[in-house]
Order: sequence, then C-alpha cells, then structure tokens
Amino acid sequence: MASLSDAELKQMSQEERVTALGMRTEQLTGKSLHIEFDPDAEERFTYPWAPEVDFNKRTEIDTADMTTTEVNGRIRELMAEGYGTIVLQNPRGKHSLGVGILSKLNLIIEGSTGYFGVGLIDGPNVRINGRVGWSCGENMMSGTVMIEKNAGSTFGAAIRGGDLVCRGSVGSRTGIDMKGGTILVGGDTGALSGFMMQRGRMVVCGNAGKNLGDSMYDGTIYVGGEIKSCGVDAVEAELTAMDKAWLTRKLTQYGLMPDKGVDHFTKIVAGKQLWNYDNLEPSEKKLIL
Amino acid sequence: MCGIAGLIHKGKSSNVGGEMTAMLQALKHRGPDSTGYAVYGKPTEGDYIMRLKVAEAEDMHKGRGIHQVIVDRIAAVEEILAEHGAAVKSKESVTEYALRFVLSHEGDTSAMAEHIEETDGVEILSMGNGLELIKDLGDAADVAGLYGLENFEGTHSIGHTRMATESDVDIRSAHPYWAFPYNDVSVVHNGQITNYWIMRREMERKGHRFMSNCDSELLAVYTAHNLANGITLEQSLRNSIEEIDGVFTYLVATKDQLGMAKDTMAAKPLVLYESDDLIAMASEEVAIRAILPQEIDTYDPYDEEVRVWQA
Repeated sequence: MASLSDAELKQMSQEERVTALGMRTEQLTGKSLHIEFDPDAEERFTYPWAPEVDFNKRTEIDTADMTTTEVNGRIRELMAEGYGTIVLQNPRGKHSLGVGILSKLNLIIEGSTGYFGVGLIDGPNVRINGRVGWSCGENMMSGTVMIEKNAGSTFGAAIRGGDLVCRGSVGSRTGIDMKGGTILVGGDTGALSGFMMQRGRMVVCGNAGKNLGDSMYDGTIYVGGEIKSCGVDAVEAELTAMDKAWLTRKLTQYGLMPDKGVDHFTKIVAGKQLWNYDNLEPSEKKLIL
Repeated sequence: MCGIAGLIHKGKSSNVGGEMTAMLQALKHRGPDSTGYAVYGKPTEGDYIMRLKVAEAEDMHKGRGIHQVIVDRIAAVEEILAEHGAAVKSKESVTEYALRFVLSHEGDTSAMAEHIEETDGVEILSMGNGLELIKDLGDAADVAGLYGLENFEGTHSIGHTRMATESDVDIRSAHPYWAFPYNDVSVVHNGQITNYWIMRREMERKGHRFMSNCDSELLAVYTAHNLANGITLEQSLRNSIEEIDGVFTYLVATKDQLGMAKDTMAAKPLVLYESDDLIAMASEEVAIRAILPQEIDTYDPYDEEVRVWQA
C-alpha cells in the first residue's frame, strides 16, 4: 500500500488495482483492498478512486422500464458526473437496487425494492420510502439506511458497520451473522433474529420471535417488547445506565424513541457457554496423547 | 426455488386470469420449467367443469402412434362418463392432450373420477363447480396464450412457476395440484418436504392416490384428507405445520376461500398485501407490483403463520 500513491491508484483500472495491491500472488500475503484509516488523518476518508460528488447536485432516474443492471450502471454514471443526490422513481420491487456503492451519496428510493437492496455498501446515506425484500443492507460496511415501511427476512445479514434502520416490522433471521454496526427496528422481528451474531448491536422496539440470539458469539440485542424465546446460549443481562444512554441517543437520532422511554428494554447477550475455542477436537486430542 | 402467487377479490369478480399471468411472468426467474394456474370462475349451478390430460407433453414426440392412443383414451373417458350417467354439455380440446369438459352429473363424482383415472395415461387435473386447473411446460405467457387465460373472469386464483428440484420436468409434477377427489380444492407449494415418504405411505394406507413423485402433491392429498374428515381449512393448515416436516410455504384455494401456511423456520418467502377488496400474495414483491403499480403496504408473514381469506 505504502508504495502506491492515491494518484496512481486512481489512474488504475480495478483489474490493475487488484494486482498492485497484492491480491494476485500465489501465497496469501494478508493484503486486501481494505484500507485502514488513520484516526489522526485529516483527509483520505474515502477510497482514492471514489468519484467526487456534490450533495446539492440532484437528479432522478425513472426505473420503471429499466433492468437492475441498467439502474445500477446509471447510478455509477451519474456519480461520475458528480451527482451527490440520486432519486430512484418507480422501483416496483426490483431486486439488488443500489448495491456496491463504495462512496458518499444520498440515495433516495421512492417505493419498494426486492431482494438484496443496497447490499455491500460502504458510505452512502440511503432512504427507502417503501418496503424492502429479503437481505436488505446485507454486508454493509458503513453509511446509513432508513426504511420507512416493513422489511423482509435476513435484514442486515452479516453487516459490519453503519446504521440500518427499519421503521416497520422485519422478517425472520434479522442480523444473522452480524459482525458490527447497528440494526434498529421500530416494529417486531421474526424467529432466529441475531442468529450467530458476532459483534454489533441490534435494537427491536417491538416483539421478538422464537430463538432470539441463537448461538450468538457476542454483541448485544435490546428488545422493547415480548421475547417469545431465547435461543441457545442467549441470556438476559442487566440494562446499565450506559446502555440506556446509548439507546436514548440512537433511538432519538432516528425518531424511534418510544413514549415510555428505554427503561423497559430487555438486554440479551451471549452466555459464553459455547466458547470452546481453546478446547481440542477429539481427533486432535488423540494426536497429542 | 419455485415461485407461488395468489390473489382473491372480495365480493366481486375480476380478470384473475390476466392478473395471475402478470404475477407469474414477474416470477419467471424463480422457475422457468413449468407454469400452472388454478382459477376460480363463477360457480356453475350443478354443472361440473373437468380438466384432464390424456398424455404428457413429451409423449407427443414419441412417434405417430400417440395420436391414435389419445383418440382411444378420450373415447374410453367418454364411455366412463356415460356409464356414470354424466351428460357432456361441452368438450373442448385446448391442446391435443389437454381437454376441458362441462358435465352435468348427479351422484358421486369421486367414484367417477377414480374410474376415469383407471384409464392408462389419463389424469384429471381438476374437477369442480368453479375451479379450472391449467398447467403446462413453459412460462406464464406461453401457458396463458395456449389456454386462453388472458381474459378469465373469476374471484380468486393461485399460481405457480416451477423450478424442478424434487422430481421431473413434466405436467404430472407441475403445480397446482388438485386435492383429488375433493371438488374445487387446489394447492401450490414452494419448498421441500422432508417426511414425504412417511406421510405419503400414511396417506396411501388411508386409500389416497398419488399420481407423481412430487413432494408438493402430498400437501394436496393431505388437505383433501383433512377436509374430507370435516376439518376446516384453517385447522388443516395449522395441523400441517405440526405434522409436515421441511421448509415450505403453501397456498390452498377452495370454492370461496384462499389460505396460506408457513413452516416453523419461515425459510420460504411470501409477501402479503391486504386491502378491503383485494388480497394478493407472492414469493416476491415484484409479482404484486406487476398488478398494483401504486405505492402499497406489504409485509412478510412470520413463522408458523396461517391465514384464511373469504372471497
């Protein structure tokens, strides 16, 4: 990384960048396209190849007669032209809209989307004035996503960062395998929410279905309503003053603060009974003995 | 991964054939192998509509002998109808192997249906006062065009686009399934049933017939069995969640009802839209949007959820 300047990276095609960053060597060198940002840095908060966009430059796309590929391609073209606010009209439940946006952008979707909406994003602020299908915001790295209506199952699967907010209710397996970030749900969530979650926070203002937090490694789940049942190794923990302060701040920020405050929330964490990382497998024990 | 869709108009009829075609065409990417419709028209007074097939679509390419076989089979069916005292009011051949009869008949239709199916290669797709069940290979536009479904007036309908995972690509394994011999009941399903053979043997011991090796047929037989024993549709759907293993979402339509059930893991998708006069549901929202372009509120039913709507 150090030997390459931003200007050089920006000039390269994606193919060349992959080679330059050491992703093509036979051995695993531990390098990746991921760039660590220095906390003291004053610039370079974006990828070197990110387009320069201006939030005040706004445009609309009527997606009614376009395919998903055409819409996503058009978003990239408009970003290259410097548009910082893009509105998608008539999404009509299309799948995979707005995926893989890796730079700042105001994306507004006027309607409902299908599966995998705004997945794999790193940075944009998204507002969806409709419902989303399965796996919305999956694998997102940073940014904010606001959904005004309901969401489908596996909402925010494997997210690593950012805030993913749904004002309505979400389906089953919300935040499955989440590795960071925050999921906020105004309504209810279905069965197996937080399944195998590893880090991050999930807040559900309504009720939670059965097997909440099943096999979670770590992370925290807050539930405002009833919990049908907790999964394996998911246990209730004390709601501390710090939790309440964080909940108040987060819920107020997105206008989801319940009238009765946050004292009624139940906090669920990993019981750590499944933490057997240092134990040997039976076959390994045989080798040693 | 199949696509299922259902819609029901409350207290009025509409072009359900055209609407279901639009929905199923939007779901084509979930399964292009075959498409099926169960549409419910205005119930006829006393008359029965019988849809049957006398050969598989693929049989048509197995030599010229099949044409005479089909003629013979149709003659055999007509003979059985006469034997049971059923008067044929109209007979229509949509394709060479698919026929539509309108019959007037007094007495036991199930005995007649069983007798008809004793004819080699003949399968009754549906029988009832309102139900018409159409299924064939190809996408929704192909099947709707072939069978003239683009303008079918009715109250409700269920449909299916199939990606064959558990059995062959043929009409026999295509959905919907008629709940033989229970008039006007049909089923579409998306999922896999893991205790299929256990349940199938149980149903066979109770005297039910299976025409295919498709696991979805079990749901039709199971529903028929429950309804025949006086269990309500809603209770049958609830019992199925306990008794049938696997991952599934399925829809059942009767003369005037439409029901849905989702398994205990909520592993198969369904999106619901409810308004005062129309209820529409599909595996993906894109299908509902195909008939309702305006902004609407939709949601996913949860695990073990059962709903029944009245026409």
